[in-house]
Amino acid sequence: MAIINTESGPVWKRRTTKQEWIYWLCWLAAAAVFVYCFKLVSDKTIWFFVTDAGAQAQDMASRMVPPKWSYIHDLWRPIWDTINIATLGTALALVIAVPIAFLAAKNTTPHPTVRAAALFVIVSSRSINSLIWALMLVAIIGPGILAGVIAIGLRSVGFCAKLLYEAIEEIDETQVEAIKATGASGAQQLSYGIVPQIMPAFAGISVFRWDINIRESTVLGLVGAGGIGLQLEASISTLAWTQVSVILLVILATVIVSEWVSAKIRHAII
Amino acid sequence: MSDAVTPKNYPSIWKKPPLIKRGWLRWSLWFGAAIYLAIGFGTLEVDWQRVSEGIPRGQRFLSAFFPPDIFSRWDSILDGILESIWMTVISTVAGIALSVPVGLGAAKNLAPKPVYMVCRFIVALSRTFPEVILAIFAVKLFGFGPFAGFIALSIATVGFYAKLLAEDIEDMDPVQAEAIRSTGASWFQWVNYAVQPQVMPRMIGLAVYRLDINFRESAVVGIVGGGGIGATLLTAFDRYEFDSAAAILLIIIAIVMGLEYASGYLRQKVQ
Repeated sequence: MAIINTESGPVWKRRTTKQEWIYWLCWLAAAAVFVYCFKLVSDKTIWFFVTDAGAQAQDMASRMVPPKWSYIHDLWRPIWDTINIATLGTALALVIAVPIAFLAAKNTTPHPTVRAAALFVIVSSRSINSLIWALMLVAIIGPGILAGVIAIGLRSVGFCAKLLYEAIEEIDETQVEAIKATGASGAQQLSYGIVPQIMPAFAGISVFRWDINIRESTVLGLVGAGGIGLQLEASISTLAWTQVSVILLVILATVIVSEWVSAKIRHAII
Repeated sequence: MSDAVTPKNYPSIWKKPPLIKRGWLRWSLWFGAAIYLAIGFGTLEVDWQRVSEGIPRGQRFLSAFFPPDIFSRWDSILDGILESIWMTVISTVAGIALSVPVGLGAAKNLAPKPVYMVCRFIVALSRTFPEVILAIFAVKLFGFGPFAGFIALSIATVGFYAKLLAEDIEDMDPVQAEAIRSTGASWFQWVNYAVQPQVMPRMIGLAVYRLDINFRESAVVGIVGGGGIGATLLTAFDRYEFDSAAAILLIIIAIVMGLEYASGYLRQKVQ
């Protein structure tokens, strides 16, 4: 904040002149970076296809309506598979994430090196997308739902463990100390001092991740890991656009329902 | 004298209070979960023979990953990484630029009802579909290459950023907004001096976070033809060059870790 004295009296300004300069130079630098990056991307773009996009979109839209509603009967099983992939994957992730979270939390970790290792596991699981996990798992254990479940599980471990260890680090230590004062063993402290405090966070995290996983499991089929993505891939590659629109609507409905369910459950917990 | 005070009537065993207090709800949830797990596993259709074949295959696969080989495909890896970075930068900037008007419109305390409904609908629509599906359609419309990835990631960014921006505006302190309004500020001045300073710190943090997400997602849009490191990764998998694939994965992890540190540092700084 600055007050600048002019001939007609002091004027209030948000920044001093120097701050103003720095502010605009930062904007200029950011704009330059953006323009440079855009140029590099545009060099790799065939602009004819881009200018053609409007006509393409119109063409595609005209092929997608009316949706072929009878196709929905072929979709019940893939939807069930998709929900299974998300749910079982989340369960798998939670089973792995709980011990890792306890190893990664500052106040429960046995040793700093163990903590570093646990944090590395968390980061690597989080940085690799479930689709890439699925790509690898399909190569190892073959295409199918199991690959999808494990891919979702491995991807979610990092997310769940990260949020969970943050919850563990934020607990009220005095309660743990009170349990300790009764002469409780380490395991008893864990189960009576720490676990009750993180239970609501745990439930919230699992429902939250389940909701995300529903969304992610809809596309795992693209690399062969089961679920409704298989039908999407098949319909797109056979140019059956009326089926594609049904599948997209089904995905939309599934996601909305799962979001509603998770919001209800989280509301009930918190 | 009644016997209510005799020690006998006090429970001698203490049990932890359960998370869900209503007994019937707790038990029916457990029961339902058990039934679901049974049916879920029943319909999993695991080909155990294929899985058991997969274990030695997996070992071979893992041994093919080590040691990671950065150098034999270094040129295409570098190309892919750089393409991903450009794509990430421009899609984050474009996405955020688009989400500012949408986010302002989707805030209940700022926008009139019709605008609010339209903007909420845009947010919901762009949030529903995963980046990969958006990328499939972007590739169909705009052709192969990073431009399609850019479009897909920008749309996904709008869904994420506009929603959080709108929520943050709805949570802002109305007293400050009132104070600016009472000085006779116009709508734009009001947004610029009352709303923007309140939401800015959190929004900068979220912008960096979204940059991080977009980089991670840029590895995936490549799988469906959207350019970037994902395309390089898919090629490496298709050619069974698992050592190059391992190198790419490690580079992705390293960059994401770096971005995460940077975003944590920046968020601490602005808040």
